[in-house]
Order: sequence, then C-alpha cells, then structure tokens
Amino acid sequence: MSDAIAKTPEGKLSDAAIRRRMLTEFWFYFSQNKGAVVGLVVFILMVIIALTATLIAPHDPTMQYRDALLLPPVWQEGGRAEFLLGTDPVGRDMLSRLIYGSQYSLFIGIVVVSIALVGGIVIGLIAGFFGGWIDMVIMRVMDIILAFPSLLLALVLVAILGPGLTNAMIAIAIVYQPHFARLTRAAVMGEQKRDYVSAARVAGAGNLRLMFRTILPNCLAPLIVQATLSFSSAVLDAAALGFLGMGAQPPAAEWGTMLAEAREFIQRAWWVVTFPGLAILISVLAINLMGDGLRDALDPKLKRS
Amino acid sequence: MFRFILSKLLYLIPTFLGITIIAFSFPRLLAGDPVLLMAGERGVTPERHAELSAQLGFDRSLPVQYLEFLGRLLHGDFGNSLVTKKPVLTEFLALFPATLELGFVAIVIATLIGVPVGVLAAIKRGSWFDQISMTSALVGFSMPIFWWGLLLIIFFSGFLGWTPVSGRISLMYYFPNVTGFMLIDSLLSGQKGAFASALSHLILPSVVLATIPLAVIARQTRSAMLEVMGEDYVRTARAKGMPQRRVIGVHALRNAMIPVITTIGLQIGVLMAGAILTETIFSWPGIGKWMIDSISRRDYPVVQSGLLLTAAMVMIVNLLVDLTYGLINPRIRNK
Amino acid sequence: MAMLNIRNLTVRFATATGSFTAVDGIDVHVDSREVLAIVGESGSGKSVSMLAVMGLLPDTATITADEMTYDGRDLLHLSGPERRKLIGREITMIFQEPIASLNPSFTVGFQIEEVLRINLGMTKAQARARALELFKAVGIPAPEEKLNAYPHQMSGGQCQRVMIAMAIASKPRLLIADEPTTALDVTIQKQILDLLMDLQEEYGMALILITHDMGVVAETADRVVVQYKGKKMEEADVLSLFEAPQHPYTRALLSALPENATGDRLPTVSDFFQSEAAR
Ligand SMILES: Nc1ncnc2c1ncn2[C@@H]1O[C@H](COP(=O)(O)OP(=O)(O)OP(=O)(O)O)[C@@H](O)[C@H]1O
Ligand SMILES: [Mg+2]
Repeated sequence: MSDAIAKTPEGKLSDAAIRRRMLTEFWFYFSQNKGAVVGLVVFILMVIIALTATLIAPHDPTMQYRDALLLPPVWQEGGRAEFLLGTDPVGRDMLSRLIYGSQYSLFIGIVVVSIALVGGIVIGLIAGFFGGWIDMVIMRVMDIILAFPSLLLALVLVAILGPGLTNAMIAIAIVYQPHFARLTRAAVMGEQKRDYVSAARVAGAGNLRLMFRTILPNCLAPLIVQATLSFSSAVLDAAALGFLGMGAQPPAAEWGTMLAEAREFIQRAWWVVTFPGLAILISVLAINLMGDGLRDALDPKLKRS
Repeated sequence: MFRFILSKLLYLIPTFLGITIIAFSFPRLLAGDPVLLMAGERGVTPERHAELSAQLGFDRSLPVQYLEFLGRLLHGDFGNSLVTKKPVLTEFLALFPATLELGFVAIVIATLIGVPVGVLAAIKRGSWFDQISMTSALVGFSMPIFWWGLLLIIFFSGFLGWTPVSGRISLMYYFPNVTGFMLIDSLLSGQKGAFASALSHLILPSVVLATIPLAVIARQTRSAMLEVMGEDYVRTARAKGMPQRRVIGVHALRNAMIPVITTIGLQIGVLMAGAILTETIFSWPGIGKWMIDSISRRDYPVVQSGLLLTAAMVMIVNLLVDLTYGLINPRIRNK
Repeated sequence: MAMLNIRNLTVRFATATGSFTAVDGIDVHVDSREVLAIVGESGSGKSVSMLAVMGLLPDTATITADEMTYDGRDLLHLSGPERRKLIGREITMIFQEPIASLNPSFTVGFQIEEVLRINLGMTKAQARARALELFKAVGIPAPEEKLNAYPHQMSGGQCQRVMIAMAIASKPRLLIADEPTTALDVTIQKQILDLLMDLQEEYGMALILITHDMGVVAETADRVVVQYKGKKMEEADVLSLFEAPQHPYTRALLSALPENATGDRLPTVSDFFQSEAAR
C-alpha cells in the first residue's frame, strides 16, 4: 500500500501524511465493525474510571462499615442510598471496590502484555534472523512452554515465586510470551525474503538496525492483534489466579480476589458474587470486541472480502 | 502416512524431554531448601539432612541427578505425596478418569453445539441467527468461567434446586469402580437412580467447562465454512446441480472440518486449565482440584509429577488429534 | 428461436466501496449444436455473465435482464429444485482452474459418480461402470486407477479431463467452457480443445467457449461475441469477424495475434488504441 502512495503524481508525500492516510484507512475499516466501536467506547470508559477512581469512588475501598454488613443494592429491600451496589460481608462498599478494581485489571493487562510483547519480539527476532540451530533451540523451548496448560503453568510458577499480584503477572507473561515469539519469527522469516530487506543489507545496514528499524514495523499487524487477545486473557487469568488465592491478596479490591472472598455467601447475597464477575466479563468482552475490529482492519486478506 | 506418524512421534521426543527438564528444575527453583521441601520436613539435624539428600538423590551432580530422575520416571516411580504418602502415579491414575469424563463430556457438548451453530451462522451470514450466535460466542469466549459456574450454582442449585452443588454422585450410591467413568459405572451397577444422580452431578460442571471451547469452535467453524464456501470446488458442486444440503453438508463441510479439528485439538490445553477452575468450584475430585490443592498444601512431589503427567497427557491427546487430522486430510493420508 | 436467449443482462456487485457493474447490458444467444466463442480481455465480465446463467454468483451480485431463457424457460426466476433440473443436467460448465475446481477431500471417482447417482439415479455399480467409460472417453490414462485418485495426485490437464467427463456425464445440451485451457501447458491446451470439439460433435451439444485467444476462436467457433469492460462490442460469425472486424477493439484484438505481428515485438491492445487515437 505504501508503494502506491509513493508513486502518486503529487510527488513524495511526507511521512506524516502517509501516516495520516493509513490512520484514516484503518479507522474506516475499524468503524465498519459496530461491535468494535462499542468495545472501544467501553474500554475508554474503563480507562477513565480507573484513572479517576480516587475522585469518583464514593467510599474508601478498604473502609469497613461495621453497621452495614452485606447490605443489598439500593433498589432492593433494605438497601441504602450511600451504598448503591450494596456492601460485602465486612461492610465495604461494593461500588467503590469495583471502581478501584478496574485499576488492577488495566494495570495487569498492560504489564503482562508489555513483558510478553517485548520478550516475545526479542526472542522471535533472534530466532527468525539467525535461523539455524539458534532458531531450532528457541522454538523448541517455546513449544515446550505451549505444551503446558497455561493456567497450570502459571499456577506452578506462582508456587515457585510465591503468591501475589506481581508474581502472578510475571507468570502469566512468561506463559504468553511464546505466541509473540512465534508470530515475530514467522513474520521475520517471511519478510527476510523480500527485496527491501536485501536492499537494506546491501546498503550495509547492521543486523540489529535491520531487525528493529526495517523488519519489525512490517510485522506489527499480527502482533497488535495478538496483544489485544493477550490483554483480555491476562485480565481473565489474573482474576482466575486471584480467585484461586494465588494472585492479588486480600484486602486488594481485585475482581477475582473479591469473588474468592464472596464465594461462601453465594446463596445469601447474590450481589457480592454477581457484580465482580460482571465487571470482569464486560471488560474482557470490550477488549475482545476491539480485537475483532482490529483484526478486520489490519488483516489485508479479510479487507478485500 | 507412516512417515507422517513417525515424524510426529520424533517431534514429540524433544518436547517431552523439555517437559521433564522443567519438572526436574521445579523443586530446585523453589525458594528454600529443595531437600526439605521435597521431603516435607523442617528443622532437621545435619545428619538427617544428609540422609534425606542422599535418599532423594540431591547429593550428586546435576546431570547425574537428571539422569536418575529420568530413570525413575521410566520405572514408573513418580515419587510419593507428602500428605497421603501414596505414590503420585497411583493418585493420578485414580483421579484422572474423573477429569477425563468431565473433559470428554465438555468437548462433546462443545463440538456438537459449536459445529452446527458455526455452520448455520456461515450459511445464514448476516442474519439475526448469525448475529445472535456470534455475539453469544464472543461473550462465551470472554467468560470468567469460575464466575459463570457460581452463577449456574446460584440459579440451578440454589434457586431451582435441580442440581447438586458438588461431587460426582450422591453418597447414597455405592458401586464398584469398573471404568472410572461414573456415567458408565452407574449404568453397569444397575442401581435405580444412580445414573440420573451421576448425570445431574456432571451436567453443570461440563456445561461450565464447555463454555469457552464451544465459543471458539463455533467461531472457527463459521470462518472456516465462509472461507471454504468461496472455493472453486464448492462452485463446481453447485454447477453439477447438487442439492444445497449436499453442497454444504458434504463438499464444504468436509474441507471446513480440517482446520476445525485442529481447533478442537487445541482446546484440550484450554480444557485442562478450565478443569482446575471448574473442579475447584464444583468440588469435582479430579486432576485439576488435586493440583491446586497440592500447590496450596505445598505437597511439592505431587506438584512436580502432576505437572509432568498433565503435560504428557495433553501432548498425547494432541498427538492423537494430529493423527486424526492426517486421516481426514487426503493430502497427508496419501503420502 | 434460440436455445439460450439473453437480452440486456446486467450484473452488479455490492462491494465495501459501493456498487460495481461487472456486466453491462449484454445480449447473447446460442442455438443448439452451435459453437459460440466469447472473447475479451481479463475482467471484461465473461465469466460473470456465464455464472449468472448458471445461477452460481454469490449473494452480493444483483442480476437483471429483460430476458434470460433456456428453451423458453425463464432462468431468472427459477426455484432451487427447478434450477437443479437444468443446471448440471442440460446445462453444464467447466472452469478455468481445473485443480482448484475439484474437491481436494474426495477422490475424482467419487466426484463423478456423485453426478451419475444423484442426477441420473444410477446405482453405485452402474455409476462406477459409467464413470470408467467416461474417463476412457475423455482420454484419462489408466482410468481404473485414476478413479481412486485425489485431485492433488493428478496433473492439471488430467483434472480438466475429469471436469469435462463430469460435464458430459448427463449428456447436456449446452456446455459452457470458461477458459478451459488457460491454466494448462501450451502442449496440453490443444489436446483439451480438440477433445472438447470432438465431444461437441459426438454429443451434439451447443458449446460456449470463453477465451482470450483469437487463434482458438478461428479454429473452433461458428460465431463470436466480443466483450469489453462488461459491454458487448461486436457480434459476428467467425469469417466476417476475421475478414472485416467492425469495432476498433476487435481490430486491436486481432492485430495482437502473432501472425499479424510487425517488427520485433508483439503489439498489444493498448498499442492499438494509441495508434487509433492518433489517427
Ligand atoms: N464476487 C465478486 N465480487 C465483486 N466483483 C467481482 C466478483 N466476481 C467478479 N467480479 C468483478 O467482475 C469483473 C468481471 O470479472 P470476470 O471474472 O467476469 O472477468 P473475465 O472476463 O472472466 O476475466 P478473466 O479473463 O480474467 O477470467 C472483474 O472486474 C471482477 O473483479
Ligand atoms: Mg474469467
């Protein structure tokens, strides 16, 4: 596509103009997908809520109101206006905890994806670029990691590192990283045969420069799609670890941890179970909707149909 | 075909060795003294420590330790549980049928619903059925299944009182363990109501476990069908005047199933991860619950060997899926 | 009255960027036992117009016509079962890419026997025997063996012979061949064309032959339709077309024939348009 732009009669377009045009085209295809737009809006809302949690949360998320244990939501008999979504078994405001919980989810998603993405790209570039036995060994190791059920491996890693949010995030990132490595490697191998890479080589570009400046920008699309998928899976897996007592530890207002604490009250107080799970579902769904839209917009094969 | 099977088997060997290396490294990575952790003792005298170390083989050089570890595995010695003192392999084999039954029923549910839904959505692309089913599939794909399980318990067990909350069968029934599969054993026992009890225990956990694979299979089937229906040979089938049912059910479906089978195979790993959560919620006595309990009880020999056995199991199932793939794809079959 | 009669056929595709007209008001008619050639460059809507006749276009296509009849029967408003009585029995079609046109998951024997069993109601054994005859008739070497072969185990030429065997299995009255030789080796091309012409005579079928190649037209066709950018440029019987092409585009096509080459390179259609414009 950039070839076509370069050849237009107006002469050379500036980089900024090319970028603007690509962005316009991207937005055209992305916005064709209504679900993706809804997902994007929900995700932006989630970011705003997380950033302004201290301002919009009506209560301190760890404050225990002794006089308000297991209060139902306001619209139900016995609910109180100051606790819109009710309170948990030790009298903490559900709404405030849910609002603060969005910070955890976003933070987990960003950290996990960043670690997995950077690690996977570096490993994949090395494997794809050098090939030979280096490639073989690296890809074997990736296969082995993928042979384990992801949650099980993450659990065992947490058992090694000790329970806690940081270790849970590291564990999940390690488990996800092979996907990025594989994608990068495949893209590098495909791109390496193209003319522009040979041209850059002939022009005397060093290996490192070649890897990061020339090849990487051309395999971004599948990486972005995978990153979105990993973001939502990370939110799910971190919540699962929290639920199993291996992730964020109480009294953290992490949604999975909240569910674990609420488990014994499922028959008595539906709201302590329903809301945190709903929050997880909505945020994961929003990100996955966005992911579908991104894939449509970035995948040139699907674009034509 | 023979070459295909052989290459798949050869391919497994390094992966399997890698898995043993990871399992072997596990206790040595733990924070703390691996000897004491693996022996489940603490505050021992130096003599006792040396004795344990020799007993567990920690006193030799690492390569020797690894070879010994492999040797023990080959003899079926996977260590003993610190809690029950029983061999880990015995426990694994006793619990595995429960997980297998749950996983099998889940994947059957996911396939039997997911494939037809995906096919129908593809045929009626853009219709309300397509939109509703694909939206549901995305919701299912995004589902925190531990929460989904709790919701189903609240509704079906709590509110309606239809299904039991935990276990594999009501304690009322007792019958010999023949196949390890409760559904079959209860039928074989001939006791009235036993099968119904087993089924009612199985239904919610398997629905929960099936949720994500179902969503993935439905989405994958739809996109595979859409792709195949644009192929020249489907046009040929139409040009030959074949009825619509046959064009879709024979010519398109057979080819669309090739990537779908791969997807179904990939769900085995997803299923194992899901089993940990599902078994925890429903107190289902299987491998998943066993692993998570062992981790929280610091029963490290179980964690070490359980990890190994589970990964090996996933690998073997994946191999079987690969072979099935080879069987239905004539390009591979006729090599 | 002609066997196949098409007046003012228009096909539009709905695409992401709007509506695209692939065929724009085309008239075609074919008599029984006649060989009609449709020529035109790539993208001129030759395939699309014939796929419209067969009812094989995707849902994104809108087809309109003042008339589209076969033996007086309206092809535009056929129900599924009614259409299947004609398509695959009285009217059949073979395509440009023989290997991709056969289903990779089934043996070619299965794919031809299916036609015999379902369209002609033969039993398995009858279908097997007839399939063997057909394979012999289209010149497939080692026909018994090849019945059990998968498409990927056969050459492009053999696959096209299988396609032809399937197309003549029900003794159709009209066979549409959409560039049946384009994807094949030059040496095979002639054999396949000869086979088609022989079968046309033997079975007394009408044949619509879509092609790029004016040389092929000269050898095979009774009548020619020249198509360009979805429109019909010219229609004539072969002799008059070659002797006195009416339309500049036709002249351009003819001058691109190797026999008419002047100088050291083959002229192209656009060369011709330029010289035409310069006049
Ligand atoms: N399903 C479709 N959707 C959109 N446009 C299409 C579709 N099928 C064909 N077209 C367009 O219709 C036009 C005519 O296509 P057609 O296949 O009839 O050309 P042709 O004359 O057969 O060319 P060729 O000689 O290359 O086979 C082309 O521009 C093509 O891009
Ligand atoms: Mg064509």
